[in-house]
Parts: sequence; C-alpha cells; structure tokens
Amino acid sequence: MLETGLILRALARNKIGALLIALQIALTMAIMVNAIFMIQDRQQQMQRESGIDEANTFYLTNTIFGQNYNIQAHLQTDLHMIRNTPGVIDAVQINAVPLSSSGWSMALQHESGEDKDAVGSAIYMVDDHGINALGLTLIAGNNFKQGDVEIRKDGQSTWPAKTIITQAFAENLYPDNWQSAIGKTVYISQTQPMQIIGIVKTLQAPWNGWDGVERSMLVPFQRESKGSYYFIRTEAGRRDELMPIIEKALAQSDKERIIRRVTTTEDTRNRSYQQHNATNKILTTVVVTLTLITGFGIVGLAIFSINRRTKQIGTRRALGATKGQIMRYFMMENFIISTFGNIIGCIGAIGLNMWLVNTFNLSPIGIELIAFGVIALFIVGQIAVLYPARKAALIAPATATRTI
Amino acid sequence: MFSYYLRLAWISITRHWGLSLLMICAIGLGIGTAMTTVTVNYLMSANPIPEKSQQLYYVQLDSWDVNDPFDDGLNPPDQLTYTDSSNLMRAKKAFRQNVQAQAFGVIEPADPEMLPLIVNGRANSADFFTMFNVPFIYGGGWSNQSDESKEFVVVLSKETNDKLFGGKNSVGQSIKLEGNMFRIVGVIDHWQPKPRFYDITTGAFNESEDIFVPFHLIADEKISRSGNTNCWKPTGDGFKAFLASECIWTQFWVELKTQQDKEDYLQFLNAYVQEQQQFGRFQRPIDNRLSNVMQWLESQEVVADDAQMMMAMSFMFLLVCLLNTVGLLLAKFLGKAPEIGLRQALGASKKTLFSQYIIESACIGILGGILGLILAYLGLKGVEGLYGDYMKDLATLDINMAILAVTLALLSTILAGLYPTWRACNIQPAQQLKSQ
Repeated sequence: MLETGLILRALARNKIGALLIALQIALTMAIMVNAIFMIQDRQQQMQRESGIDEANTFYLTNTIFGQNYNIQAHLQTDLHMIRNTPGVIDAVQINAVPLSSSGWSMALQHESGEDKDAVGSAIYMVDDHGINALGLTLIAGNNFKQGDVEIRKDGQSTWPAKTIITQAFAENLYPDNWQSAIGKTVYISQTQPMQIIGIVKTLQAPWNGWDGVERSMLVPFQRESKGSYYFIRTEAGRRDELMPIIEKALAQSDKERIIRRVTTTEDTRNRSYQQHNATNKILTTVVVTLTLITGFGIVGLAIFSINRRTKQIGTRRALGATKGQIMRYFMMENFIISTFGNIIGCIGAIGLNMWLVNTFNLSPIGIELIAFGVIALFIVGQIAVLYPARKAALIAPATATRTI
Repeated sequence: MFSYYLRLAWISITRHWGLSLLMICAIGLGIGTAMTTVTVNYLMSANPIPEKSQQLYYVQLDSWDVNDPFDDGLNPPDQLTYTDSSNLMRAKKAFRQNVQAQAFGVIEPADPEMLPLIVNGRANSADFFTMFNVPFIYGGGWSNQSDESKEFVVVLSKETNDKLFGGKNSVGQSIKLEGNMFRIVGVIDHWQPKPRFYDITTGAFNESEDIFVPFHLIADEKISRSGNTNCWKPTGDGFKAFLASECIWTQFWVELKTQQDKEDYLQFLNAYVQEQQQFGRFQRPIDNRLSNVMQWLESQEVVADDAQMMMAMSFMFLLVCLLNTVGLLLAKFLGKAPEIGLRQALGASKKTLFSQYIIESACIGILGGILGLILAYLGLKGVEGLYGDYMKDLATLDINMAILAVTLALLSTILAGLYPTWRACNIQPAQQLKSQ
C-alpha cells in the first residue's frame, strides 16, 4: 500500500511514542497468553471426573469416645439403619473420601520382595457395597462378595487377598493390555499377594495435586476403629432432604459417639479446587484489566497525536483525501505498531513461559494460544483506535486555513 | 514556588481530566495489583518468631530407604521416626528440646447439658511452651517432671477455655479427655503464628491447636495421633510395632544458644547416626541437618507457587501501567509545547520547568498511589473471600505496606515522568513561538 511508507516515515519522527505502545502491546500479550494458559490448565484439572456420583452423595464422620464400646456391633446396626432409610440407595463405611485431601496410600509391585519397582495408589477400604454406594462403574471383572470382607483392627499390617483397581491404575501396571489385569496377582507391603478381581472406570485419589490422582484401589475391609466415615448415596434429588434425617438418626441412636462434618461430595470438590478457582478468577481479572488499560492507552495516545496533527489532517482533507482515507491512515498506523508489538510479544510470551516452566513446573505453551493472543491484540488495537480515527476523519478541511 | 507549581499541576490535571483520570487509574490499578500480591507474599514469608528464629532449629536425619531416597535424595525426610526422636529427647544434649506430633481427642464436658467436643491437639514436650514463647493467660506449661512422671496434664487454648469454662481461670480443674481425667495447668492466649512454623507438615497456615498434652501419652495410647505418616518399610502388627518401625511421624525442635552449640549438636547427631548404623539402620550417607526457623520455612517452600507466580505477573502488570503513563505524560507534555516555549521565552529556566513538570507527575503518582491503596484493600478482601480459610489473616494491609504502596507509586510515576519532562524542557522556544 502506498500509505505504508508515509506512515512509517511519520512514525519515525515520533519513535518513542510508537515504541511505548508497541512495548505495552508486547507485555500485554506476554502476560495475557500465559495467564490464559494457566487458566486453561487449571480448568482441565477441575473438569476431571472423580468417578463417584457427586450430585447424590454425602458423608459424615463418626467419632467414638465411649469406653468399652462394641464397635463392630454398632457399625452393622448403623449401616443397616442407613441402608434401609427410604431414599437411600446404598451406604458404606470408608476410610477416606475422594478429593478430600486426606487419605491413605500404599504401593503395589509386580514381584514380591524388597527393592522392587512399585507404583503408589490411594487405598479405599470398603465392603461389598462400596461400588454401589460410591456410584462407580465396574467395567471388568467382579465386585467383592460378602465373604471377601475382612475386619481390620487399628495397626493391623496384613491385607485382604482381593482388590479392585481403577482403569488408569490397570493401564499403569499392564501398559500393553489393561484388561489383562483381571486375575493377576500383585504385591502390597512388598510381600503380601493380592489378586485383582475387578476394574472400575474412574475413582480419583483424595489428593487432586498428586500426579497419580487417577490411581486408586478398593480393598475389602471393614475397620474396627474409633474414627471413620460413612459414605451415603441417595436417590436423585433427595440428598439435601436426607442429610439431616440421617445425621439425627445416628446422633440419637447412641450417645457415645459424635457425628460431625456432614458434607456433600459437591462441597468437597469445591473446597478441593477452591485455590484453583480463586487463582483463575484473579488471573481472569488481570487479563481483562490489562487489556482495558492497553486499549485505553492506545485511545489516549491516538487522540493526542490526532489533536497535534489537526492542521495536517485538515490540509490533507483540503487536498482531496476522503474521510475513509484519513480513517484508514490511523487504523493502518495502529496495525503497524501492533505488528511490531506482537512480534516482541511473541518472544516475550515464550520467554515468560520458559521461566514459568522452569520455576513452577508448568508445561510449555501451545502455538495456537500465541496465535490467539496475536489476533486478539490486533482486534483490541483496531477497536481502540476506531473512535480517535473517526474523530480525525470528521476534521473539517477548512481547519487547514485557520491558525490555532 | 512549590505551592505555585502545585496549583499549576492541579490546573493542568483538571484541564485534561480525561487523560489525567486515565493515568491515575492506570497507576492505581498497577499499584493495587502489585500491592495485593506483595502483601500476600510478604505475610507468607514473614518471620513468625523474630526474637528467636536464629536459636530454634528443626532436626532432620536421613533414615530413609537406601535404594529409594526421600525426595529423590535432595532433602532428608521432613520428620523423624519415633525411635530417633525418643533417643534424642532422652539424650537432652540441647538447651531445650521438644518432640511433637499432631493429635486429636474427644472432650466430655462435666456439664451433661453440653455436647462432647472433638478437639485438635498437639502432643509435645514441656519445653514447647518456653521454646516457642507461647503466651499464657492463666497458669503455664507443664514441667519436665510432669513429662517424666507421665502425668495427665493439659494446656487449653483460649478458645477451648472460653467454650468449656466461659473464659474463667480453669487452672487446677480437670477435664475428661478420651475417657481419662486431665488436670489443666495453663490456658494460652490467642496464639496463631503465621506461618505456623512449628508444624509445617500438617499445613503451614492451619489453625493452631485446641489443646496441648504430653507427647508420651501417644505411646501409652491415651490419645490418638493424627498428621502425616510416611513409611518405606513394612511394619509389624499392632501399635508397639508401629512405634518401633521406620515410619516417620514425629517432629523434633531444639533450642541452641550459640553457633558453637549448634556445631556441637550437629556433631552429636552425627555420632548418634554412626552408632545407629551399627544396628543396621541409616544405610544412606550421613545427611543430618539443623535448620533455623527461616531456613526451615524456606526449604519447605511455605510461600505458595501461586502467590509467587501472581506477584511476578502483577509486577509485569505494573510495568504495563507505567509504560502507559510514560506514553500519556509524553503526549500531554509535548502537547503543551507552545506554552513551554512561551514560558522559556519569558525567562523560565530549564530547572524551574523541570521541577514544575516533575511535581505534576508526582501529583498524579500520589493520587494513583491512594487509588492503589484502596484497590489493594479491596483486592485483599477479594483474595480472602476467594481463597477462604487458607488466606485468613494473610490478606491484611499493614502500615508498612501502605507506606510502600504510596512510595512505590510516587517513585514509579516520577521515574515514568522523567523522560517526558526532559523532552518537554528541551523544546526550542523559537520554533514554538513562530507557529503561533
């Protein structure tokens, strides 16, 4: 285009002003692209499914303080009572809750003995109602039978003979064919054999930041312990109505224990990802304000440069330039500055990302996000310059004949 | 002259009010964001016990698996086995020493009307209270004697004492905890070190405990332990076997008065580990560490990654805002070229012009700084709301931060104003006057 040379020459006379805008665009781009990248990363983590029926489940803690308390007998009465409450689908005693950030983990290995490679997994101790109460999907093999369930005393070091694992865990143990895990024997606590009898689709570990969050195993244990969780699944839509009913029934049934922390699985998820959510909201605010500031900066500077050039613009108009040409001039000027800024911005965005990767173990940024940043900033620049450019176009040709 | 320049600045700021507002907003937003993140980082990395942080040391011994080192061999385990902490406790080689773990229990109030209470507890040694300067309202900690004679004593937090005794002096009375009667020896005042340095393993920003009881009660199974447990070797059946295992779940602090004491203690630790090696333990190279409070907090990376990342981002944000201001000030000052030319022609020196425009930049800076303070206050409220308990007490603006905010705004605006001012002062009067 003919005008490009003209604009470049005009820009060269006001290098600093143009450079400042270009730098602003570059920094905005670097921050914006990386912030969006971090937001996306967190969102992906939050979207992973826990595998349980989150909408219709809740849990509570049962803490026994009575002396000479028959834990086993009370546990069976409690479970019987909860399972027979109208509206309850199933209930189970469990040692930990997915995403609650506290739980147990153990390592499994292919061969028995010390110094063998082992893979860590979250442990959920449940009886044969576990799969139904959590709302898991069994995709291969079988559930535990009632006879598989053992009583576990506190401090016991032996493990049951059977286990059900998640698909992700099976893929980790048997990379060639995860379905072949069924019937295989693995070793827990270095030497104790366990047979894999079933595979569930998904069940997340209690720790959302752990890289093995998809690796969990169900172990057929009922704990004889003074502290445990009861995990309860209700018919759709009846959770909130049943929570106080069950809490009250348990609390009143005997006075030597405390029922606390009646919590829905949804609340647990929200709390688990509270920091992620908060960081995302802050980053979003930063991106939006930053873009606004850069946009307004462009508007402010454009208005000033137009005010300074009122006479020149008038002269151009008087010499026959159309309104469209004047507008195009300023839009083009902004486009050139944006191009310059975006080039520096791309380098800056990659540089910032490299620093983040090194310091905070983030993954490298994708090219499509950088492309998005470039396009977004071109659009912001053009929109920002639209109003000043229109103002410039409206300068009357007669201005050329007047002195200010 | 100063007040005259101030008046001129005011006139100039109000005449181009749109532009001035834009600059003030940009600086305010930049400072506000930067101050929000700086405050969070500042409070996260604060020294929770400045008067003693150099004398308190956290003990680490590398008792881990020789084939699969803890933390890939970068750091020794973050806790000690029961065996080791008991041995160190018995040796009493430091000026003060404290072994501790997290515990919990149920209190059954004497009043049958009151519901039983689940409490978070800390099981610790007598020295805990003196080592960490724990403030007491009533009574005090228990004695080393009480530890040795295995007495059932308890120290309550202010909050627990308020709940159980309505805030009255309860020292000498007893409470039923886990089925046993415990004699109350002290009530501490509200005490919430941030970070909660004495136990990082269960969360550096968690609330401090409701009750404190002697550590040996855990081994006697009079109170249940909680907190993190990490094992590399299978353990036997029962609690006795667990206590004797290689599982780490206890924390050990010592107070050492001088650098010499520290070196002596480190030597003692090395000798201890060598002795244990003869029993087939500690097969990894000797890596015993004594970290003072700040070193310990740093090695455990108490300041959250998110907080650091956002601070870096917010400083870049501030930089964008400053670039914005430089650009706008430049445009504004150059727009005044005819006026500057006229003043120079009438005899104004470069120096006076320079001070005038710097004062104008400074005014914008101060206004931006004040706006920034307000925004930082709102920002911290927002951070607290978004992050919940985790950020409680970490999102408060103190006077240091307020001064820093305004100073930062002022300095950065003056800095941003330097180039535009210099350009404005170098305008040729003749050229400007000609065009008029």
